[in-house]
Amino acid sequence: MFNRRPIGPLDYTRRLWLRLSVLAVLVFLYAPIATLIAFSFNDSKRNIVWRGFTMKYYEKALENESLMIAFGNSLTIALINTILATILGAMVAVLLWRFRFPLKAGYEGAMALPIVIPEICMGVSMMAFFGWVGWPTAWGWPMTLSPIIIAHVAFSFPFVAMIVRARLSNFNRELEESAKDLGASEWQAMRDVIVPFMKPGLIAGALMAFTLSLDDFVITFFTSGPDTVTFPVKVYSMVRFSVTPEVNAASTVLIVITVLVTAIAMRIQSRFKGDVGAG
Amino acid sequence: MESWRRHPLVFWIIGLPPTFWLVVFFLVPLTLMWIMSVSTKVGINDLDLNWTLDNYSRALGWLYLEILLKSFWMAGATTLLCFAIGFPVAFAISFAPQRWKGLLLLLIILPFWTNLLIRTYALIAVLRTRGYVNFSLEWLWEKANGFLMFVGLGEYQLLGQRFEPLELLYNNQAVLFGMTYVFLPFMILPLYAALERMDKSYIEASLDLGAGQWRTFFSVIIPLSKAGIISGIIITFIPALGAFLQPDLLGGPDSQLIANVIERQFKSANDWPFGSALSFILMYMTFGALALRAVLAKNSSAMEAA
Repeated sequence: MFNRRPIGPLDYTRRLWLRLSVLAVLVFLYAPIATLIAFSFNDSKRNIVWRGFTMKYYEKALENESLMIAFGNSLTIALINTILATILGAMVAVLLWRFRFPLKAGYEGAMALPIVIPEICMGVSMMAFFGWVGWPTAWGWPMTLSPIIIAHVAFSFPFVAMIVRARLSNFNRELEESAKDLGASEWQAMRDVIVPFMKPGLIAGALMAFTLSLDDFVITFFTSGPDTVTFPVKVYSMVRFSVTPEVNAASTVLIVITVLVTAIAMRIQSRFKGDVGAG
Repeated sequence: MESWRRHPLVFWIIGLPPTFWLVVFFLVPLTLMWIMSVSTKVGINDLDLNWTLDNYSRALGWLYLEILLKSFWMAGATTLLCFAIGFPVAFAISFAPQRWKGLLLLLIILPFWTNLLIRTYALIAVLRTRGYVNFSLEWLWEKANGFLMFVGLGEYQLLGQRFEPLELLYNNQAVLFGMTYVFLPFMILPLYAALERMDKSYIEASLDLGAGQWRTFFSVIIPLSKAGIISGIIITFIPALGAFLQPDLLGGPDSQLIANVIERQFKSANDWPFGSALSFILMYMTFGALALRAVLAKNSSAMEAA
């Protein structure tokens, strides 16, 4: 900070205007979220004057039964989505990493589609699909969530495939071959050599699928029936009417969960970046 | 990599489940929507598949063309704003000392990890008439008025009779603000990746050889980071084109973009064929942007090779 050395031509980061612009952008990015979190603890109806720390809005959110049901639904969806998307994503990753097959480029392109098409288009096409096949959502609770889960898996497993495939590209094929030379069958080699190697990718992919599912609003909005409310959909309907400290509290909880989960994912990914080839 | 024929059993066992999911729960719905887009609505729930292009011609009629152009314009303006704000930041991070880089990058990515809806909601809480910005302004107004009273100028009411809150929400500016807020990290990350890869000795050479900072910026830094600039522009533009929440929650009745019109066709207006046609137009626009990126990336890598 107080380096007296004259600023060299390439010392861009020591130029005040550049530092200020970075600071301004960080304030721009964080101020709204920070105020949201801060005022979820503020003991005041009018929201601007600080009247002391309180947890009462968190208690209120906890007592709000429909909000809690929505929260439970979101977590259930995210968990089931994580399991399915991780398995399917890993399969695609191994398939594309290991095999040559006809029309492979086209297959890869089709797998990338859920990542690139606009969310709204995916949402409405899913809504039309479940309407058209007459999906049996009237069978009670887990079935009412199934359209949302199916849609979430469809958009999140290509992301998992991408992550796991990046991990596999570092794999040393000789390891698998020597396992087979030593008498391992195809499946034994897969189970004891390839899957352990993929593990960090699988964990990172699973956490990614979890946050993608928890974060999604648009696709959930279109695939949820009238009786299934998820957390973002519930917040959306609450926000349309008013801004309340209760919604602030609930939002803060969701922010904390996603930030924690993603931080863990990043950690795992960066820790395993180093060990190339050896596994 | 081996041919699938050598281990057909393994190939099919690991290939079938994900392919099934992709086909049945993604490609079939898309195809269904495409078929709807060339059908005519008869009655409340019935469609007549007659391979008509009426839905598309209606979508390209003046009323909806205006919304399409507006979506295009808003996405473009968002991209431009993100670029103007994001470039200095990406530039600064790429020149930051090593130990700062990771932290700064993390700070830019962190907002990505919070729910889009919640980030948009946070803007409502900040910008609305009884939001934090207006409350802060009111507080300042009261303090300033108190000061004027104190110095004996109170009776002139220099600051107006009472505090007038600013109308910051429910207009096009609010939508633009919200979209810039939400999509800014999409721009910063690819720009940073390109600037980080750039060989800094080119800049040094340019400055040594007598070019000024501005000339170096336009003739060396910009051309060298071209691939990242193109990526950043396209990656920001595509989600901005399909933005739904920001115009919905922050915009007024005249700030509707194409995603909002699609939503209305599928929910309240219940005109699925027309909504499908609009969805496909939006998808074609997205694919166009992606294709443009591929072409530009090819050109710039060909230029580098030359």
